[in-house]
Amino acid sequence: MKPILFALVLLAAGSSVSTAGADERFPPITNKTVLQECGDCHMAFQPQFLPKRSWVKMMAGLSDHFGEDASLDVAQVKEIEAYLTANAADVSRFREGRKMLRRVDSKWTPLRISELPRFRHEHDDRDVKRMLDRLKVKTMAACQACHRGATQGYFDDD
Amino acid sequence: MHSPFTNFAAALVLALSATAFAINVEAAASDPILAGFAESAKASTPGFTGFSAERGKRLFLSKQTSGKPETPSCTTCHGNSPQSRGQTRADKPIEPMALSHTPNRYSDPKKVAKWFRRNCKSVLGRECTALEKGDFITFMATQ
Repeated sequence: MKPILFALVLLAAGSSVSTAGADERFPPITNKTVLQECGDCHMAFQPQFLPKRSWVKMMAGLSDHFGEDASLDVAQVKEIEAYLTANAADVSRFREGRKMLRRVDSKWTPLRISELPRFRHEHDDRDVKRMLDRLKVKTMAACQACHRGATQGYFDDD
Repeated sequence: MHSPFTNFAAALVLALSATAFAINVEAAASDPILAGFAESAKASTPGFTGFSAERGKRLFLSKQTSGKPETPSCTTCHGNSPQSRGQTRADKPIEPMALSHTPNRYSDPKKVAKWFRRNCKSVLGRECTALEKGDFITFMATQ
């Protein structure tokens, strides 16, 4: 990120919702169960961030979800998995999903969005690191700490 | 032979524990979730005389090694003070555990079951007993 862009990100972070263009727009989640159950402990990440195979693996491993038991009842697992897989990066018509899969080997089943090459590329920046330090963001799972419009699907930095 | 003082002390202890028990029974009667835990605890714990806020406090603050290494204690996410907000490991705020601060926290049986199930497994590596759950809520009700 160039200094001028960084300044604009700071400006955007000051307002409640980023009004940046639709370039990096992910459609907001519309399923209530997904919003509620995925959003209990972290922002409910848009399904377009990961391919279908990732969501299948994720939903099969909820009893050890990044070091916590996040198990749900069978009906909820089914409903959530159906929504996530129907809107996954490799299924959704939104092009942001396809972008997330750049340089992702089809034999790889990523579980952390922050490990995707596109995510790493977008965040591998001195200004980003400075912003994370300044806002004392303790995990990259906290998108909304910098991207104030994250839950509405805005991740733009311009 | 007992001195008058030891007699008095014994009577006091009896009276206090009777009062504590009465409070617990009363609380359990007015709270169907706690009443359910009390029924199970009675069946599974020999000599069960009611829940203990003190035991609940110890459980809340304890450091465990049998669960997931990321969550050695309730306080990992909830913080040391039940009156204060906690924070999930993924950076979401958690409303205070104390009933006085979050009055509706222990009122939905589904939610209570869900979070005890998940969090006991994360922290202790097993489900909590009815006694532990009752003690925990009893402690939070005094906070």
